[in-house]
Amino acid sequence: MKEVNLTCISCPLGCQITVRMNGDRIVSVTGNSCPRGEAYARQEVTTPMRVIATSVKVEGGSLPLVSVKTDKPIPKRLIPELMGLVKTLSVSAPVRIGQVLVDDVLDTGANLVATRRVGAERTDPGTRT
Amino acid sequence: MKSYRTDVLVIGGGAAGLAAASAAAEAGRETILIEREDSPGGVLEQCIHPGFGVHRYREELTGPEFAARLVEELDASGAEVLTGRSVLAIDPKTRAVETVGPEGVRTIRPKAVVFATGARERPFGALRIPGPRPVGIFTAGLAQKLVNLHNLLPGRRALILGSGDIGLIMARRLHLEGVEVVGVLELKPFPGGLMRNVVQCLDDYEIPLHLSHTVIAVHGTKRLTGVTAARVDETGRPITGTAREFAVDTLILSVGLIPEAELIGRFVGLDPINRGPCVDSRWRTRAPWLFAAGNSVAVFDLVDTVAAAGESAGRFAARFAENDIPEVRKIPISRGENVLHLVPTEIDPGVPTLIHLRVPRPMQRAQVRIGEGIVSRRLIGVRPAEMVEVEVPVEAAEELAKLADVKVEVVEE
Amino acid sequence: MRIGVIGAGVVGALIARELCRYGIEVHLFEREEDVSFGVSKANSGVIHGCFHEKPGTTRARFCVEGNAEYTALARELDFPFKRIGAHVIAFNSDDVAALERLKAQGEEIGCAGLEIIDREEILSREPRVNPDVRAALWSPTVGIVEPWDVAIAAVENACANGLVLHLGTEVTGIRVTGGRVTGIATDAGGFSLDAVVNAAGLYADRVARMAGVDRPVLHPRRGEYILLDKQAAGTANSVLFPAPTNNSKGILVLPTVDGNILLGPTADDLPALSPDAAATSSVGLAAVVSGAKRLVPGLDPRLTIKTFAGVRPEPAGGEFVVGPTVVRGFYQAAGMRSPGLTAAPAVARYLSREIAAEFGLEEKSAFDPQRKSPPRFSELDEAARAALIEEDSSYGRIVCRCNEVTEGEIVAAIRRGARTVDGVKFRTRAGFGRCQGGFCTARILTILSRELGVPPEEVTVRGKDDRIVVGRVRP
Repeated sequence: MKEVNLTCISCPLGCQITVRMNGDRIVSVTGNSCPRGEAYARQEVTTPMRVIATSVKVEGGSLPLVSVKTDKPIPKRLIPELMGLVKTLSVSAPVRIGQVLVDDVLDTGANLVATRRVGAERTDPGTRT
Repeated sequence: MKSYRTDVLVIGGGAAGLAAASAAAEAGRETILIEREDSPGGVLEQCIHPGFGVHRYREELTGPEFAARLVEELDASGAEVLTGRSVLAIDPKTRAVETVGPEGVRTIRPKAVVFATGARERPFGALRIPGPRPVGIFTAGLAQKLVNLHNLLPGRRALILGSGDIGLIMARRLHLEGVEVVGVLELKPFPGGLMRNVVQCLDDYEIPLHLSHTVIAVHGTKRLTGVTAARVDETGRPITGTAREFAVDTLILSVGLIPEAELIGRFVGLDPINRGPCVDSRWRTRAPWLFAAGNSVAVFDLVDTVAAAGESAGRFAARFAENDIPEVRKIPISRGENVLHLVPTEIDPGVPTLIHLRVPRPMQRAQVRIGEGIVSRRLIGVRPAEMVEVEVPVEAAEELAKLADVKVEVVEE
Repeated sequence: MRIGVIGAGVVGALIARELCRYGIEVHLFEREEDVSFGVSKANSGVIHGCFHEKPGTTRARFCVEGNAEYTALARELDFPFKRIGAHVIAFNSDDVAALERLKAQGEEIGCAGLEIIDREEILSREPRVNPDVRAALWSPTVGIVEPWDVAIAAVENACANGLVLHLGTEVTGIRVTGGRVTGIATDAGGFSLDAVVNAAGLYADRVARMAGVDRPVLHPRRGEYILLDKQAAGTANSVLFPAPTNNSKGILVLPTVDGNILLGPTADDLPALSPDAAATSSVGLAAVVSGAKRLVPGLDPRLTIKTFAGVRPEPAGGEFVVGPTVVRGFYQAAGMRSPGLTAAPAVARYLSREIAAEFGLEEKSAFDPQRKSPPRFSELDEAARAALIEEDSSYGRIVCRCNEVTEGEIVAAIRRGARTVDGVKFRTRAGFGRCQGGFCTARILTILSRELGVPPEEVTVRGKDDRIVVGRVRP
């Protein structure tokens, strides 16, 4: 029997939830104040999911990087692999906001999309922050 | 020297200013927005993480996406945008706003102004931490700008002082980019940022959070080589014998934001706790033509709230520009027990008022009481990181007007 | 004739400039990456009235002369200088007696305009002074500068008159043959020289020993400071001193030429010079606050934007070591403890004349003593701003919002010699304001990288191994 302690983030209350597990099977969820807390805890102990935001290198852009995100949450355990992949990518300017840079990234069903536009023209690098 | 006239001038193109300019233009007033950077968006441009827009757009956006939505709305509103232009001075008598940009010096003469300049980070120097002055100490916002906009890495091994949201976000961001983040120190016995950020930025990556700890010395003559930290007592004083060393080349500070409002502080006065101008229910300062919104008034928790504040300020500024809002008797409100930030500080009984406040410590169950309970609201799980909002309807405001002294207090239950 | 000056602080810079009057080859050697990065970058910036100095000392003599020279020097070199005067504050009868002594002493050494004023008068001039004040000594000749402005202006003017500047060059030895100087060794190679002036500040004792000279004997004395935001303006309108104690002038409260308020210094004698000698301490910073609050009880330490420490060379016996030595051609301007900044112009004049007399040099009419400061946007009127932007649009881009410094000024500073973030900061005030570079550092880094033609990872704060960033996020 194993116990997993979690802080619920469903609302500001921040309940301390304890999940008792027998192998992969959830035996009990305690400490939550509402059903959302239980749902959160069940998801967290089985397949925690996260939206990941980072940057991809831009070639010939007005900025050196374009901010990107997974357009859906991906399994938390894939974060290191995703970061490894992102470091190898580059995209040519111009980049559109919402542009898909990697389709179905790491077979998660999520796309890696640009979260801003980056113009092609290289503006004077001293004039923007 | 060239000069422009306009109905409404909005100063600052971040969330509050963008929303204010759209609202003023939509209300049919000629509106100019002035932004110092070459494109609008403000600090949202560097906040590439998700977590914005849940209230305003009912979806979770990153900072740049949230800014892009506001810019789209602005474009549709017909407001004019002047970028790469800074405000140097505002003349409280003539309302002349002196500006400068690469095209020269220009004076803008508006009927009403919305001041939306945001906040700055409290610098290392303000903490009076002893030691030499090595390179490698960054405010979290500067580190965020270097990493996310300039493609530059501030260090290899970092400690973070302050568990405000920017500090937590940067802990995760640096960790993901290969910087070894050895921990986060927080002076208070509770985290300064949102619980969600504690879980998803620290717990997810096993970054330790040391509550009731602070930095008592920094080391290194050229580059930072280490930091001495210690546990603090309830008053925030370091406890002798608890010192521990962290060998790091980078110290990131997330130790508070201060409204950037000195430009108008000279003539409208700044609230000593909010550190921004005193405003009323319509976001109007003590100068009748000058409205202020967002983090230049007080530091807010959510960008959604900041955008809503800007929208409201923009609408009232437009109304003032059209036809002066009548001067009514305003009801000053003061802080009672357990209230830190408080916006507004004066109720205008002519309109419903949304009161925003911050508590000094977490409370499981509490009640906000305004004017001895004329307005009250129960709170569950209130934390300093999250602002409490309470609406005061017009009828209640009339009741409050009868009291000699209107206090806002939070009573723990 | 070839002469070398060691140390590009205020003293060395002014000496080098004076020597340029004689049309000889003058070299200025500085171990740091920029002018004024040593003692000169962290002190009170007060041009003293000299009433603290004992009659008959070299300190008193050079201080009185130096104070008088600052008006003309500031005009020639175009650096900000304000003669705002000083008040020494007395709280009890002992203090009042000390004021009388200071006044008599000051009058004896030739310090003009000293006057003891009563409680009412001081409170009308300085309304925030502690109401327990009994009387004050007024000294109208006291002024304020930023010390680095003096050194930078002097070096720029000297360079325009032929000075050869060697930055980042450490002197490692002095060649003495047959009792006279013949040259120096540096980490950048050797130089044959006919004379050498030791103005090496904290390192002047080491440099003296290289020539076999046993004075000065120095020990470092640390002073800690707190700088308050411009919102604290009005905390003091003049330089406020407490009635003096034995070894120091006490904790001062004064406005800076930029309109901030400076508190300090402490005076801690250190056993030896160490790399971290210029570190602040919790005890020292607390002493600065309590000392300053004794003078101005209502000052608000929450307005602190920066704390720092400076290290001064304290000579054994307390006297400046100025003049020739037993080694022919080896001169010193050493042990320049307070009031060294005030005395520096007089010391430079005296020493250069000594050297000229010894070597039979004559002033050349080609020397141009005038130097023009680059434009400072925040101090210009509207028409001048418009004209400047018309000529160069980068003067219309504000980079440092706190001090209203434009991109044009930063580029000008780099073209005049700034190689580092601090070099830009000391020349322009960018990053010196209430956000302490939080907003503008990234942009200054980008401008330095572009103007110097180096990647941003190579840009340093003070030079040598203190790069701001360590690499790229995405190489």
